[in-house]
Amino acid sequence: MKRATAIAGLLCVAALATLVAPALTQAQQGASSSGELAVRGKYLAILGDCASCHTSKDGAAYAGGRGLNSGFGIIYSANITPDRETGIGNWSADQFYRAMHKGLAADDSHLYPAFPYPYFTHMTRADDDALYAYLRTVPAVHAQPPPNKLPFPLSIRGLMAIWNALYFSEGAYKPDPAQSAEWNRGAYIVTGPGHCGGCHTPKNFLMADENDRTLSGSPIDNWFAADLSGESRAGLASWTAADIEEYLKNGRNARATASGSMQEVIGLSTGRMEDGNRAAIAAYLKALPPSAPAKQSSAPDPAAMRAGEAIFADACSSCHLSQGRGQPRLFPPLAGSAPVQSHDATTVLHIILQGSHSLATDDKPTPLAMPAFAWKLNDRQIADVATYIRNSWGNQASSVDAADVRELRNDLAKASGN
Amino acid sequence: MAERLTAAGLNVLAIERGGWRDTPNTFATTFDQDELRYMWRHHQFENVAHDTLTFRNNIGQVALPMRRLGSFLPGTGVGGAGVHWNGQVWRFLPKDFAVRSHNLARYGKSAIAEDMTVEDFPVSYDELEPHYDTFEYLCGISGKAGNLNGTIQPGGNPFEGWRSREYPNPPLDMTYGPTLFAKAAAEAGYHPFVHPAANMSRAYTNPLGAQLGECTYCGFCEKFGCGNYSKASPQTTILPILMRRPNFTLLTNCEVTKIELDSGRTRATGVTYVDEKGQTQFQGAETVMLTAYILHNVRLLLTSGIGKPYDPRTGTGVIGKNYAYQITSSVNVFYDDKIVNPFIGAGALGMIIDDFNGDNFDHSGLGFIGGGYIGVVNTGARPIETHPTPDGIPNWGSAWKKSIAANYLKTVSIATHGAVMSHRGNYLDLDPTYTDAYGRPLLRMTFDFTDNEHRMSDYLTDRATDVARRMGGREVQAKKRAGSYSIVPYQTTHNTGGAIMGDNPRTSAVNRYLQSWDVSNLFVQGASAYPQNAGYNPTGTLAALAYWSADAFLNRYQKSPGPLVHA
Repeated sequence: MKRATAIAGLLCVAALATLVAPALTQAQQGASSSGELAVRGKYLAILGDCASCHTSKDGAAYAGGRGLNSGFGIIYSANITPDRETGIGNWSADQFYRAMHKGLAADDSHLYPAFPYPYFTHMTRADDDALYAYLRTVPAVHAQPPPNKLPFPLSIRGLMAIWNALYFSEGAYKPDPAQSAEWNRGAYIVTGPGHCGGCHTPKNFLMADENDRTLSGSPIDNWFAADLSGESRAGLASWTAADIEEYLKNGRNARATASGSMQEVIGLSTGRMEDGNRAAIAAYLKALPPSAPAKQSSAPDPAAMRAGEAIFADACSSCHLSQGRGQPRLFPPLAGSAPVQSHDATTVLHIILQGSHSLATDDKPTPLAMPAFAWKLNDRQIADVATYIRNSWGNQASSVDAADVRELRNDLAKASGN
Repeated sequence: MAERLTAAGLNVLAIERGGWRDTPNTFATTFDQDELRYMWRHHQFENVAHDTLTFRNNIGQVALPMRRLGSFLPGTGVGGAGVHWNGQVWRFLPKDFAVRSHNLARYGKSAIAEDMTVEDFPVSYDELEPHYDTFEYLCGISGKAGNLNGTIQPGGNPFEGWRSREYPNPPLDMTYGPTLFAKAAAEAGYHPFVHPAANMSRAYTNPLGAQLGECTYCGFCEKFGCGNYSKASPQTTILPILMRRPNFTLLTNCEVTKIELDSGRTRATGVTYVDEKGQTQFQGAETVMLTAYILHNVRLLLTSGIGKPYDPRTGTGVIGKNYAYQITSSVNVFYDDKIVNPFIGAGALGMIIDDFNGDNFDHSGLGFIGGGYIGVVNTGARPIETHPTPDGIPNWGSAWKKSIAANYLKTVSIATHGAVMSHRGNYLDLDPTYTDAYGRPLLRMTFDFTDNEHRMSDYLTDRATDVARRMGGREVQAKKRAGSYSIVPYQTTHNTGGAIMGDNPRTSAVNRYLQSWDVSNLFVQGASAYPQNAGYNPTGTLAALAYWSADAFLNRYQKSPGPLVHA
């Protein structure tokens, strides 16, 4: 009975979600009751992956307090439950809209762009209102997030006014009439609530997006968020729209398996989206122009390739099979793999060092995993096998140095407190 | 069982003696292929310092505790022995379900000795066929059908019972040793076929959605978990789905010590268990499914006072009756000119002949009933375990080492895997002297091979030797199983019986649906139900029986709780 109810609820959400399109008129908005508004808002919270940052460590929904590495220090996510003292219970819809649209808190203080208002500003007022309506309905949790750990002068919020002047352009998304409705919907999700660029767009020295390199991949928390452009090796050129949709739904497809925080994004956000929205995202990403190709790297050292080949045969080929052909949707192929050929090898090295547990879903319930090799292979061995898989079976990418592995190994140890 | 029951909406709580185990954390490829740790130091097996059994060959002896595992290797922890099995999945022959009536009909009254307590199964092959099929598709068995709906198929086992469809996966790629055996066996007029295997010949997604990977023939199945998701086990086929279901709860490190009954002693009220902290707890239940290893099933029935204990002197009583096992032997072929790379292996990678299994051959004048399969199975020839030396070589020292080095790559070992019929003197009861960590009496095993087993096994070994001589080796070495059963050397973890199924409560512990005759809300699953053992690995049949039992439980018992058979 419980399950039947849950399914009914989901269908309900899906049906209403079609109303979320930006082309929606105010008149239609006014017609919906506050209950319907909140249901729409709930779906927008999925599109925006609010839960990733705003779920407390002990699992309280939207109670915040999760530390985000801003690049300069730790910024803790806000409590966005309706609690009046520690949450946003006293905020009006206008104040909520200003936060989303301008990056300003209820008391006019500046929010840090770790809260991705540079993306949320692209959302419509109607969507912000719906999200606000939903957040009024979640249980209030009394929980004060810890103070941010930022160095002076960044601890002065007012400085964000300067950052905004330099890098922030306010304004809701304007549909491009030359593009299809699907493309426009995808652009709205990707650049708005989905804030994909938050991880996938390279940042400048002040952690602002480099807008001429949108979605071309960026380092984050000892991972490298993949190049989502149409680049031929590291990007999505070889992926079909259906591949992208499947990946966003199940965390894996015939070409790759999600790792790192993308698993959380898929589990909490893209995997819960309606099919049409995943298709819209895919259509938008497939239309992205290729990023600048990586500089032609010199041919890998033959000795490293020989060593890497031997390590691959012993340690990797039992799952990824000979020729790196992999087992689609089970153990990802390495031949032709975009993440393997990324110009920044961090993700590959991270996975070799620490292993990776794939996301288990109702569709793909087996908790497949790659074991960690940090304890078994030394820096040189990991560098060699990484160089080998990045330059075999038609793959081409820069060689990896043992020093790169050592640095990441140390960073990972620091991140895990060891 | 839990999968079927939770899928039907029932709330299931499973209580497991050992700890949680899963592929990525417990047997990852980075450390799984460790023969010393897993095989010799027993990291996944029962801890005999905590609980063991006592053993004797006959009732004239005093049983002593088994202080080290040997002849059989029961598992511990989530998944049980299903984690460290080879994945050899067989169906019993249709006539294996009618051992008493068939042999009497074909060979007359003298075929079954007076003390041979064999019975017919109270269920037929035809009834179990769909359940065998369910299990084989759950596990993604690699194989080749020999009998599709009555039509014999080339390449398969022509003696097998009919099957409703082909195996879900094609056979494994065959290595050299088994191929040499198959060629010689065919030349001798026998019918070699590929061993059905729960080792994946290709990536497979089972009907529940669980994913298994392609086997890489690493040779570490038997006594090891599989880090490649390539061997069907509870971990790879059911647990990923089961653990996501909200109506399934698993308690680990909790050992059930007793099934509790109401005052009328006809209804189970639940179980008593000792939890992780050593505290005794009670868990109430509508129905109790006893799904431990057969030895523990029988012991729990005995310590809970359910059913009348079997007495070999009078032949009365049912609990502990008809304990059986299997009898194995081997024939080695040593080559000078052939390198067979025996380390390339998988648990069920082999070629088999079934010409001498069950009643596939005329037993007239042979002095025994039953049989077994003969074949070469390359399970992996792990280095500490595998040291083939011809006769005349010492068992230690430099000559021994030299001989192993010379022969390891050039030896093919043919195995025979024979049935053990049940016998009046082979049984299980509670030991009068020794107790476990909780003070409960240990199970006492009284067992020996009888003339029937020795005649049968010698006959199989001779037939294997015939084939071996055709294989073109330098020399052939037959290793018959002589003398009394010894619990010390490893033979096979195929213990059966003790809570057998039957058509009436005087001669059996459970009915044809594995429901206790005495306590109708208690079902006893597993090979403890076999009235005698057949010449095949028992897992396929016990799994089919579990599905059969679950089917009856859900479709009949749930609608009208009570005895499903009135005798």
